[in-house]
Parts: sequence; structure tokens; C-alpha cells
Amino acid sequence: MACRLCEVGCKVEHSEHKHVIKSFKREKPVARLLVEESGPLSFATQCRHCDEPACMFGCITGAITKDPETGIVNLNAEKCIGCWTCILMCPYGSITRTNGARPTAAKCDMCPGREVPACVEACPNRALVLMEDEEPAVALEDAA
Amino acid sequence: MALACFKLPEFLVERDYDKCINCRVCERQCGWEVHSYDEEVDKMFADTEKCVGCQRCAVMCPTGALVISPHPGRYREHGNWTQEHLRDAIRQSETGGVVLAGSGNDKDYPVYWDKLLLNASQVTNPSIDPLREPMELRTYLGAKPESIEVRDGKLVSQLPPQVQVETPILFSALSYGAISFQAQEALARAAAELGILYNTGEGGLHHDLYRYRGNTIVQVASGRFGVDPDYLNAARIVEIKIGQGAKPGIGGHLPGEKVVGEVSVTRMIPAGTDAISPAPQHDIYSIEDLSMLIYALKEATNYQKPVSVKIAAVHNVAAIATGMVRAGADIIALDGFRGGTGAAPKIIRDNVGIPIEFALAAVDTRLRQEGIRNRASIIAGGGFRNSADVIKAIALGADAVYIGTAALVAMGCTLCQKCYTGICNWGITTQNPYLAKRLNPEIATERLVNLVTGWSHEIKEMLGGLGVNSIESLRGNRLHLRGIGLTHGELETLGVRMVGQ
Repeated sequence: MACRLCEVGCKVEHSEHKHVIKSFKREKPVARLLVEESGPLSFATQCRHCDEPACMFGCITGAITKDPETGIVNLNAEKCIGCWTCILMCPYGSITRTNGARPTAAKCDMCPGREVPACVEACPNRALVLMEDEEPAVALEDAA
Repeated sequence: MALACFKLPEFLVERDYDKCINCRVCERQCGWEVHSYDEEVDKMFADTEKCVGCQRCAVMCPTGALVISPHPGRYREHGNWTQEHLRDAIRQSETGGVVLAGSGNDKDYPVYWDKLLLNASQVTNPSIDPLREPMELRTYLGAKPESIEVRDGKLVSQLPPQVQVETPILFSALSYGAISFQAQEALARAAAELGILYNTGEGGLHHDLYRYRGNTIVQVASGRFGVDPDYLNAARIVEIKIGQGAKPGIGGHLPGEKVVGEVSVTRMIPAGTDAISPAPQHDIYSIEDLSMLIYALKEATNYQKPVSVKIAAVHNVAAIATGMVRAGADIIALDGFRGGTGAAPKIIRDNVGIPIEFALAAVDTRLRQEGIRNRASIIAGGGFRNSADVIKAIALGADAVYIGTAALVAMGCTLCQKCYTGICNWGITTQNPYLAKRLNPEIATERLVNLVTGWSHEIKEMLGGLGVNSIESLRGNRLHLRGIGLTHGELETLGVRMVGQ
């Protein structure tokens, strides 16, 4: 319903303070998902964690990797040099840039350490639902 | 230049800027465009005058930065001229129109449910623990025969059509058009899950809802919208709507702007035309005429479905009800003056009709006196707020109750009373696709099921306390009730003794 509370939840989760007011007031947190709107239609786009991630293939420093266990495509901000190749490569427009002195690329990391990603938890209308692929390893093999 | 009138805002929007993070959720959630973001100063602003107090923004605000309260700025206090009287008079002076309102009568009339107390068993008769012993809320709606014949343990007599419901709480008529498709779908799904019934109202039956036919009451109202043989035969009960508690004596008017797309198809009228329900049914000017329509509907449904007749609770309701039963109605639906509406002139909503408590008691008493109580079930509606109201209604003689407003509250309604505008921030009384999609039928269904399940549990507990193990044993047993703070006249009409007697 385009309230964008998922974006708020994502920003807080990926902030330093992890406190909705403090994070917004002290930092300039960036959401790793974006609500797209066209007329009454709206939906949140976030990383699809592709079987063959274009962003990973494009990355010149090896900052982007795909976890063979979980299938999650991760971005290591330490290695990222901010060349934005991944942003250009991603067909879904799911990669964004962080604010700050040394901006890096940022993307959905499925909220490690949380049972349910922050965006899903923040959604008041159950528009975002976490669905787990039963056998991600098999899916990965098939893709390879 | 018109005379500038001092119109005070009704609500105050207070924002705690220490908490506000400019996420603009409030702005996106308000269909009234109260909130706005100013990029230049990087701040949210609020146009207090537009606020209707629905609380959607306050609920959605992720930091709890918003408080919506009645506006403290008031006209000078006056015992006779309340703030509302002043506000309405000022509005009418500007427009020359009728003041409209949604939901039910909100005036401070006595609520007689609150003046009736239930009994409980002590010493001389044991109470029953519903968690350990069977407790039956199931009931059957429809005309009952004078006598039945049982042979070898089997029922031999042919019974008039009966409709089984698992708990005596039904969803009252809320039409598609007045409410969103999402809201009506949720009612239908919840009714199916609960083994009860929902009511289409007079807006026809959307083709996607035919799958819930086992739990549908279809209405035939004065506008005859969406009525055809498929519609009638898709129902468990066919209900003729004569009147509505919120607006007895007047019809309905769904503005053309709301008659769009599927609403127009379902109502079987051209898109963009006003859906006008005349005040009377133009083929019913007498009890004899009513009988003709009842039997026309029975004929159309092959005598397989009970026919209900719904009337608003008015002064001589008992006499009208006996006429309805004699005309062939299998169910009498009574709608008290606190019943809700999508739109009604406020002056009528607040001043016409009588409380359901008295209408119900009067009708049950009269039908019994005339020996025809078995010929019709009674469904009472109009202002039921909790399970105690329901059980008291059963004790006063109802077979089941209709809940409308309570169901809306379960779906998110906060009674802001702006249903007639077509803007509903909760996605209930709107056809605006931006707003309607806010109501996820899956969540709304769960909440409706929870509400009715919770009430049913409470009714079982109260029945157990009374020492009876089925709702059928309580029906019409007014000895389980006592009146508190009532006059002799009120007690007599209610057929209830005073506390202590």
C-alpha cells in the first residue's frame, strides 16, 4: 500500500544505532529496498539473490559473493571501492549507494542474525512475506 | 465575498518533532491530505482542519510522533447549543445541504444492555464448565412447525428450510459499493470459516464471492440491485430489506462516482449512474403486498430457502412484525436505532427509530402472545458491542444477532463516521483502489474470525454460569435477566424483573 514502512525498517536495521529515531536523526541511513509505484500498484523491489548474479560477475574487486549454503548474495563493503559497476549490472535496480565519507554499494543482505528480515517485519499489511526455497543448494547446482 | 464564519477544526494534529523522522508515512497514509512534507525546511506539516480523527497516521507512525485529539479550541460552552449543534448549523448555513453521517447513532441515548444484568448459578443449581463439558452455540434459523413427528428415533415430519449456524452471531448487511470488495471478501471468508453467515446488503453478489454461497444471505431491497435467479439461488437466506435502523423510512443513495467497474457490473446498473434505493419498496404498500413478494421469492428459490424480512425498529414494531410473520416471513430481522450505515442524513440517524432492546422484547412478546413465535426466527441488530450484549439479546428472545459495526471495527474501523465520503483510510468504505488495497482480506478475515471466536468463548462461559448448556435453552428466558435503574414501564416492556426480585 506504498506506506514505505519496509524502507524505514530496512534503514534502521542497516544503521549504526539501530534505533528508529536516533538512526534517522544522527545518520543518513539508506534503504536497501525500494518501493516502486505505478498508479495504485506498488511493490517493494529488493535483491532477488539471483542464481547467476550479474552484479557479482561485474564486480572488479570480488566484493560480491554468493553464499553456496544459503544462496544469499552478499556485498563486502570493506572490499567495495565504489565503482558502481554492480549498480549498472543489476537488472532489477536493487543496489544502492551509502552516504558518508566513503560511499560504497549497498544491497539486501537478508538481515543476518534476524529470523525475519526487517522489511518483512515492518510491513503492516503482509505484502512482504518471507518464503524460503526448500533446497537452495539444489537450485544453485541446477543453475550452475 | 461571503461572510467569513469561524469554523473550528474538530481535531488537533500534534507532532513531536523530536520524534518525527520525516519518513512521510503519515503523508502517504492520509487520504484526507492532512500531512505534507516541505523540502525547503525539511519538515512535516499538518493541515489540522482536514483531519477527521481516524487515527490511521498515529497508528502507522513508526516513531509514535503523532497524537490526534479533539481540538481544544472550542466555541463558548453552552448547555443547549453543543459544539456539534453549532458546527452543523454553520456548515448548513454555508451549503444549504443536509448534514450526512456514517456509522450509527452516536448520541447519548440510554443503552439498555448496560441496564440488564445476567444471573449465575449458586448452590442450588450447578454451573457448568464449558472447557470440560459440552456447550452448544449452534442454532437453526427458519420457521419451525407446530409439532414434529418422530418415528424410530428419526424425524418424519417435513421441516421448513432450516439454516444451521455454529454461533448465533452473523455479519449484517454491508453492500459491495458501500464497502470495498476486499472488505466484503473478508466477511465472506470469515463467515465460511466460522460456519455463520454474511449478508450482501443490497449491492448484488460479486461473481468471485459465489464460492461462499453456503454462507451468504442475499438482500432484495427497494433498488433491486443485482437481483436475478442466480443471485437468489446462491444464498442460504433471502432477505427483503424494508428498512435500516440507522435511517428508518428513507432509502439509500450510492453516488455515481462509487458505481465504477465491478460495482456497476455487480449492481447490474450502468457505470457512473447513481444507485438510488427508493424509500419504500414500490411494490409493497401493505402486508398483502409483502406476502406477494415473499412468496415470489420462495417460488423463485423453489421453497428451499427461508425468506427474511428486515425492518428498522420503530414505534409499532410488534404489530408490524406479526403482520410480517403472517405474510410468510421465516425470519424477522430487527435493526435498532444504533445500527450503522454507510451514509444517512445525520438528523435521521440521530432522531428516528427506537432501541433494539425494546423492539426485540416487544416483538418476541407479541409473537408469543399470538402463538406464532415458532413461525419465524428473530435476528436482532443495531449496536451490539460485545458478547454480553449478544447473550442478553438471546435471553430477550433473539435467535441470533447481526453485527455490522463490530465487524468493521475488527477490520480496522475507528468510527470516524466519514463512510459517506468514499474516503476511508482503513480501506473499508471506499472504492478508491489506492485506499482499498490497504485492507488485506487475509488479515481482515483472521481478525473477524478472532472476534467472533472470542465472543463465542465468552458466551459459553456466561451460559455455563447460568447453568445451561446450549444457547437454545437460554432463548427468550428473561428470568435470566434483571433490570437495574429502570422504571416500571421499562421493566414491563422488556419483560424483565428488577434486580433483587
